[in-house]
Order: sequence, then structure tokens, then C-alpha cells
Amino acid sequence: MVSGLINANPVVYEKKERRVQDYARQCLSNEKWDCIDIKDPEHPYSLEELKVITEDAIEVDDNHSHVRVTFTPTVEHCSMATVIGLCLRVKLMRSLPSHYKVDIRVAPGTHATEAAVNKQLNDKERVAAALENPNLLDMVDECLAPSYGNE
Amino acid sequence: MENHTTELYEGRFELKEIQRLEGHTDRVWSLAWNPATGTAGIPPVFASCSGDKTVRIWQQSLSTGSWDCKAVLEETHTRTVRSCAWSPTGKLLATASFDATTAIWEHIGNDFECVSTLEGHENEVKSVVWNASGSLLATCGRDKSVWIWEVLPGNEFECVSVLQGHTQDVKMVQWHPTMDLLFSCSYDNTIKIWAEDGDSDDWHCVQTLGESNNGHSSTIWALSFNAVGDKMVTCSDDLTIKIWDTDSMRMQSGDGYAPWKHLCTLSGYHDRTIFSVHWSREGIIASGAADDAIRFFVEDKDGLVDGPTYKLLLKKEKAHDMDINSVQWSTGIVLVSINAFERLARV
Repeated sequence: MVSGLINANPVVYEKKERRVQDYARQCLSNEKWDCIDIKDPEHPYSLEELKVITEDAIEVDDNHSHVRVTFTPTVEHCSMATVIGLCLRVKLMRSLPSHYKVDIRVAPGTHATEAAVNKQLNDKERVAAALENPNLLDMVDECLAPSYGNE
Repeated sequence: MENHTTELYEGRFELKEIQRLEGHTDRVWSLAWNPATGTAGIPPVFASCSGDKTVRIWQQSLSTGSWDCKAVLEETHTRTVRSCAWSPTGKLLATASFDATTAIWEHIGNDFECVSTLEGHENEVKSVVWNASGSLLATCGRDKSVWIWEVLPGNEFECVSVLQGHTQDVKMVQWHPTMDLLFSCSYDNTIKIWAEDGDSDDWHCVQTLGESNNGHSSTIWALSFNAVGDKMVTCSDDLTIKIWDTDSMRMQSGDGYAPWKHLCTLSGYHDRTIFSVHWSREGIIASGAADDAIRFFVEDKDGLVDGPTYKLLLKKEKAHDMDINSVQWSTGIVLVSINAFERLARV
């Protein structure tokens, strides 16, 4: 494979069987479903297929209007971690009622600069500033676009 | 007597929403009361700034008591307006934006006109503030620097110093209320204090308050002083509020720099990031956080054995249904900003 890619050869896991997916879709809140369906910034696979995010890693507490997302970058030094986190945050911002609180974290021990990534992803001023950057916003929108071809 | 004061506080305080002000179409980041208004028959005025790239000026009608938007300052900043500050005379309004500029607005007739634009920061400007005499302006931003500007006649502003020292973006700058000492707080978890050298006109860092000084363990979002200026309060992403003090006698005597030290930590009152803290002239500290709650604290004069402590005076859960970004006192009124609109509450 050619590359300036951060992780040129990621392990790709099978998507759940369609039947299972339909069942899961009924059980999951839409937000959860949307999150695992986000495209990876580097590869033509969803975050679910790369096991960056799983259903269990999205904890929704409707009683306290709180969502906690824990994601697992494909490699320890993944410089795309903040972009992935940003995609997750934007997806949730756009789909959840505005009073919901969202915490996004890298799974413990899965990233070289875990604390720094977590701090940045949960600083709403930095997130607001990042989303005013047209290039970054395009990148996020591309990952969130529903049609990335493999459905 | 001191007990009496505290009891009076406890009996007196209740927070009631006066009015909800709508107009901004995105998050309201910051608020500023015009210091020249609200007394001597002049109706109170404040400014609010937002992610919608505008600044709104609000005024209370003396006849009806209701608040209305008097002006919208737009088409100048091209990105979020993060912070706003009135000059001490209330004639000029400075606004800091993510577009890397700081704009100066003058109230001319019924309009606000942008009379100057301060450029220099590499990217997002996050805070702007005037010193007590209105002769200096300070700004800070994502480029980790703090800038000091001299206010010259004819709405000219000259940069007199660019202060490097913070290792991450600088969230807020505040001048000491009586002296030309500048305080900055940052994503690097520290507070830095900057002073001018007697002779050389150079500014430098005279003290850094970090975790090793009983300081904060995460981003510090805001700081505020008591009226006298011998105490400072800071709030942080570490979910604590900290009170700091200095030797006021030494500070006023001009006999060298009087260092600041940690006095106490208020923890367990907010369970999400504390974005704003403001100390009223009357001595009440208001805090606002991402847990949607407002808290008031006052010095507890009973506990002098172990030094001053602060106790909770009032808690208002769900003061808003979203993060509280800014709380600002006026006399008897606390102003609160969140997403897309502001609310006024009377004490």
C-alpha cells in the first residue's frame, strides 16, 4: 500500500451480519448507531469495522442526560485520534438534545498521549475553534456523510 | 457582628430569574457590565458576545424595568467573539475574537463604531481586559502569548509587550483592581503574574502558581479579585475553586513584590468543568459550570482558628438547561450566559 497513512494496514473486522444489524438497530438508540457508523478519517471503513468504537463503548444515561464514549485508536501513535474524537463529538452534538453532556475518551492504555487527547477533546473552547476551521470541518463532514459506499 | 452578617446573607439570598434575553443564534461566551451605567439615573447596560460572531448591547428601560437589545455589533469579526470588556469610563468596548483580532468600539450617538482593530496574535484571541486606569489593555490567546497594549490618544493602540511563558493556550487575562499587575490563566494548569520593571518598561513573569503551589491540576478557565485586591479566586476543569491571597500591607507599600499564596480550595460543589467565577463588590463569589449550576460562596468568619474558610451561601441547580459560560455581578443582579441567550437573575 502507498503511504503517508498513519496506519497503512489496519485490521478490518467483519461488519455484523445484516440480520444482526437490523436487530441491533432496533435495540440501540439512534445516536449509538450513528456513532459506530462513522467513517474512519483514513480508510474506507466504518469505526465499527476497525473496532475503534463498539456499541458497548457508548454509554447512554438518559436519566442524567449523559453520554460517555470510549474509543480505541487503531495504533498507539495515531495522530487521527483527535479527529476521530471530534467526529464522535460532532455526531452526538448534531443528534442529541442540546442539554445532553458528552464525555469522550480514548480507552485507557491505547494511545501514547492519552491524557493530552482526552483533555483536548473535552475542552469545548478548543472544539468550538476547531469547528470554525473549514478544512477540519470538511474532514469531519466527510466522515459523517452517510454514503461512503460500503452499505 | 460577623455572625450577624453571615446570617443576614443566608436569609437574604434567593436567586430569581428576571428575564430571558434572546437574540444570539449561537453560544453566548461572555458578558460585561458597562461600569459607567446603572447609577445616577443612567440605565444599566451590558454587552454579550457569541459564537454567532456578533456582540449585543442590552439596556434596561428605567420606566418598565425590562431589558432590550439596543445594538448589534456585527460584520466586523469573522469568527466567534469570545470575550468583551468595557473601558473604565464605559466609553469604549473591546472585543476579542477567534479571528485573531481584537476590535475597539466607540459609542457614537446611537451607534457603536469600530474605531480600531488590534492585530498581532497568530490565531484565536480568547480574552481582553482593561487595567483600572484605562491606560493599558491586555489580550491572550491560543498562541500561548499574552500581549499588553498601551492606549494612546486618538484611539491608537501600541503593543508594549508580548509575554511568552505559558506552554499552552491562555484562557483569560485579568488586571489587578488597583495595581498594574497582570494575571493570566491557562490550559497549562498555571496562573502567571506579570509586572513591569521599574526602569526598563519591560514586563516579565514575577510568579507562577502551579500544581506544586497547591494550584490546579487542569485547565484554569477564569479568575477574579475581591474589591480590595488582596484575594483572588480561580476556577478550573479540575472541578475546584481556589482562593489565593497576598500581603496587602506589603503590596500597598510598594516594598517589592508581594507574592500570592494558596489560601483554600472549594471542592465537591460542581461536578463538571467550572467555566466562570466572579467576586462581587459585596464579597460574594459566584461560580457557574458545565453542570448547569450556579453556586454562591462567602467567607465564613466563624472558622478563623484555622484561617479563613469559605462556605456555600446558595446553590441553584439547573439554573440553566445548558452549560453556564459566564457569571457576572452587578449590584444585586447576577448575569448568566449560556448557549444562545442570557438570563438575568436578581439576588
